[in-house]
Amino acid sequence: MKTDILKKLVQNGAIWGFILLQLVFFELAGRYWAGSSTTFIDLDNLLLLLKQSAPIGIIAVGMTIVMVNGNIDLSVGAIYALCGIVLLDSLGWPMMEAMGDGAIPLAMLIALATGCVLGLINGLIVWKTGVDAFIVTLGAMLGYRGLVFMYNGEQPTSNLNWTMVDMAEWGIFGIQTPALVLLFVVLVVWLVMTRTVHGRNAYAIGDNREAAVNAGIRVGPHMLINFAVIGFLAALSAVVFYSGSGSVNPNDGMLFELWAITAVVLGGTKLTGGKGSIIGTLGGVIAIQLLRRGLNHIGADTETVNIVIGTILIVVLLLDRQLNRKASGELKV
Amino acid sequence: MADTAIKTFGGLLARQGILVAFILFMVGFTLWNPRFIDIDNVFGVIRSSAILGVMALGVTFVVIGGNLDLSVGSMLSFSAIVVLDLHENPAFGPALAIPAMFALTLCLGAINGFLVGYLRLNSLIVTLGMLSAIHGLTLTWSGGQNMDIADQGATWFGVFGRGTALGIPIPVLIFVALAAFLGILLAKTPFGRKVYAVGGNPTAATFSGIPRARVVFLTYLISAFCVAVAGLIQASRTMGAQNTVGQGLELEVLAAVILGGASLLGGSGTIFKTVIGVLILGFIQNGLLLAGLQFYVQFVVTWIIIILAVWLDIATKRGKLWSPIA
Amino acid sequence: MTGQTPALRLDGIVKDFPGVRALDGVSFTVMPGEVHALMGENGAGKSTLMKVLGGIYQPDAGRIYIAERETRMKGPLEAKANGVMFIHQELSLAQELSVAENIYLGELPRKSFGRVDWPTLYARTDAILEKLRVGFTARTRVGELSIANQQMVEIARALTVDAKAVIFDEPTASLTDAEKVVLFDVIADLKAQGVGIIYISHRMEEIFRITDRISVLRDGEYRGTLDTAQTDETEVTQMMIGRKLDLSRSAATVEPGPVALRVEGLSCGTLFRDATFEVREGEVLGFYGLVGAGRTEIAETLFGLRKPTAGRIFLKGEEVTISSPIDAIRKGISLVPESRKEQGLVLGMNCRDNITLPQVADLTAGPFVADGAEISIYDQYRDRLSIKSPSWRTLVGNLSGGNQQKIVIGKWLSMRPEVLIVDEPTRGIDVGSKSEIHNLLRDLARQGYAVIVISSEMPEVLQCSDRIVAMYNGTIMREFTAEEVTEDSLIQAISGLNSGAAA
Repeated sequence: MKTDILKKLVQNGAIWGFILLQLVFFELAGRYWAGSSTTFIDLDNLLLLLKQSAPIGIIAVGMTIVMVNGNIDLSVGAIYALCGIVLLDSLGWPMMEAMGDGAIPLAMLIALATGCVLGLINGLIVWKTGVDAFIVTLGAMLGYRGLVFMYNGEQPTSNLNWTMVDMAEWGIFGIQTPALVLLFVVLVVWLVMTRTVHGRNAYAIGDNREAAVNAGIRVGPHMLINFAVIGFLAALSAVVFYSGSGSVNPNDGMLFELWAITAVVLGGTKLTGGKGSIIGTLGGVIAIQLLRRGLNHIGADTETVNIVIGTILIVVLLLDRQLNRKASGELKV
Repeated sequence: MADTAIKTFGGLLARQGILVAFILFMVGFTLWNPRFIDIDNVFGVIRSSAILGVMALGVTFVVIGGNLDLSVGSMLSFSAIVVLDLHENPAFGPALAIPAMFALTLCLGAINGFLVGYLRLNSLIVTLGMLSAIHGLTLTWSGGQNMDIADQGATWFGVFGRGTALGIPIPVLIFVALAAFLGILLAKTPFGRKVYAVGGNPTAATFSGIPRARVVFLTYLISAFCVAVAGLIQASRTMGAQNTVGQGLELEVLAAVILGGASLLGGSGTIFKTVIGVLILGFIQNGLLLAGLQFYVQFVVTWIIIILAVWLDIATKRGKLWSPIA
Repeated sequence: MTGQTPALRLDGIVKDFPGVRALDGVSFTVMPGEVHALMGENGAGKSTLMKVLGGIYQPDAGRIYIAERETRMKGPLEAKANGVMFIHQELSLAQELSVAENIYLGELPRKSFGRVDWPTLYARTDAILEKLRVGFTARTRVGELSIANQQMVEIARALTVDAKAVIFDEPTASLTDAEKVVLFDVIADLKAQGVGIIYISHRMEEIFRITDRISVLRDGEYRGTLDTAQTDETEVTQMMIGRKLDLSRSAATVEPGPVALRVEGLSCGTLFRDATFEVREGEVLGFYGLVGAGRTEIAETLFGLRKPTAGRIFLKGEEVTISSPIDAIRKGISLVPESRKEQGLVLGMNCRDNITLPQVADLTAGPFVADGAEISIYDQYRDRLSIKSPSWRTLVGNLSGGNQQKIVIGKWLSMRPEVLIVDEPTRGIDVGSKSEIHNLLRDLARQGYAVIVISSEMPEVLQCSDRIVAMYNGTIMREFTAEEVTEDSLIQAISGLNSGAAA
């Protein structure tokens, strides 16, 4: 019984507890150990943290729904870079330039549509060929990255549009656009996954595919939608980020897929599908970003972040297994 | 008669599809540009594929054993940085730097192997975590700086990456020798058989008295060993390295292994097929370059080829082109 | 009940599999408001019949009528649409979803924008759950429920549609006595609503408690229907077993040799308790009992796959501990496991490699596997067990079930064990291969092996064994010698009917 409560706590609240622990730790360590003059738990600092979480965070939300569905998407980093290029490049088309600032929403739409299409391609291949999503998106990761390079060679694509920069830096109550978009995406996708038939069916498919099929749920369309959504979200992430930065390096977004998966797993989503929450993923994203900033705050080398995150990921896995191990009757196989 | 011919050809395609594709590809390109199979060009391709190839040899063991290793890319950066740093350390020098680097890299492989083999944790997440952790370790080791050999003329260290023997580049010799050795290990020894059994059906392997944990552990050690070799070639060729030299390689390596026909579910694949997979990637890149196209076109081509290859494979197995997913 | 329209009528159902006729003209009728038991030994065709009813298999001949309307079931969905519902032995629930979502899986009520209509969903579910008088709510996560309660969720699913017929497949296998009472109440309710119920079980006690009629299948054939009130266990048992059993074994038993394996008071948690038995060289010891009675678990413990919580094991008089399969193999114990495909074989490997797998490390010439030695072992056991395979290169996955099983047996024989444990030696194997394997097991005993045969098929244990241990619910109820054993006493011992007479 005691392990039951512990288990529930660890599964549902662990990531927030961990975040709290980090906040306290970095505050205290910063003050008494590193002798930092600034406080860590500071509104501006935390808002900045949320803003910095946005690019990976938005993608991680998409990764959550794909993984809940029992798939994975390794191509998000390449989609991110490609959509960034589409956004900035399309603004430079003669037709678009003629439209002035009116071209901005159109360019964003084009970029978002591109992301959707790239996601749909992945989804269609997974659905129609039956090739494992891991392989399909591994291939796409290379393929889409190739398209990124084909766009502009190894040169960065730049187009700093000050209206867009203003949009990216706009904010209310000190919360800037990227953070707002992240929170909005979390809210919407959370609603979709918890309240709609599509969301619930996606869980069912990842949980027990055979039962879902037997109950007449069509697996293919649901997978397709989820791949389109993650493509869209990768594009959205690019729109949010590159509006402000104005320059895409062809290597941008590399390893994003791995960071997103890390955040998703930290947030409690099961690799095998069927279980996971959008809110948990938000926690995972924040926890990683907090770790970066926190270690920076106490003067630790930034490289330590990688070691700590890697270790935490493995420890989480170990804890999860210990807690979920069947009480008895398990074969030593 | 025609039927049998189609069946035979279909069967051949199913079993050796990737080899057939490779040969067709080579013939096609050679007809178009005879320089393609010029001996220098071939050596050039193999040499430039050697690092990826050597890593793929090790990952093949891990994948046949039913697991993944996503940490090989950052492990490569680690081994290159470490060997270069120790090389510059007067207490070590090249003769000691190399074995020390191998020992350290093998330790990392042992951690992977322990976590996946003995603790039975999910290999995707474990090696993902290790990817991050090793990257951090590398940065800590190097202090974020690039590593360079100061006096390149004074060391024999460059031999692994730049040397030739009998007119053959040393990296090519290393790749071929390692492929032969590991190919025999996998195909001809009891250990190799156990790797297939553990990957093919871990439960049945346990019921047959095969120490599954130890076998998995050893596959990760082999993978780490190959990374160390690749890191040595890398460091020796460039006599310097960035902290991120191996970044992203883990997935390219995996692509080569899958292209060779190893199943991610474990239990199938061979070293020979992986070598073919590596060569296909290498020759595509080379062929496209000869055709005047940029190197990155190969990414797109690789994407299409990987999906077609795996699709062809499973379509022949299920006897239907399209998946039965509703 | 005459004059009513039958809820479900089967007429001459035939289903062929390569080499076997699994169902041979099965016909029977289930009336509305009737609980109809379907009985038969393992392999008699019950599960095939259920798959035909569920639309998973298409019959090769024969018709299915639901409320006298001929119906073709093309898949599980169609079965459901026609009012045929299944309560499966293996649960098919999504563990992370709520009870309500599982019950209405694939049919969640909708509002605008594809939203789930939760109030309706919960209201409908609660109404059903109320009928079932369960202790959980529509919002409970299924993964938190006990197996019994999960079974209740499956049953609730059957109540969401206007079911004409509900099929219970061994529903009590994992239920406690209190939970069984609830289940039987639910069945009574369904019955009162005029639903036709097919109840599949091996447990006589339950059959006689709740069913109205009993139909018996044997070797894929329909053997007749009995009124429960007018029959008894003996008659049913005889119908199931059919022909007067040929108890004359293939060869006269040799005088058993010294004790090869002795087990004293072996226990493993709640799986089995206080097991004491011995097996001698040159003798076959049969273990008989229902699935879940603890037989397989004893075998797994002897093979080092489970850690015993109490008890001692003696091999040739010497006390041993067995810590792993490697250890067991080294000490001369071999296990032909219960599940051929999951535990016995690497299906993607060829025949030769599978046979030599446990000893591949010893079959070497220098550092390499000795091809010749391997092939000669394969040839030897191919001939000895008459394995039919095109070549040693053939992948085991491409062989028939019988030949696959021979490969597994060959694998363990080639280890020359002191004690050979065979768990369900003929599950899913056609009749011809069955008797071959039975003869083989007898032969092995004659050659001096100590053999333990675990089976849930009575003819098999009766035919093969010199002595039979009957298990029920984790306990050894009784030990019989071949001379004294009767089918009745054996059935009673494994159904827990005469628990007073435990040995």
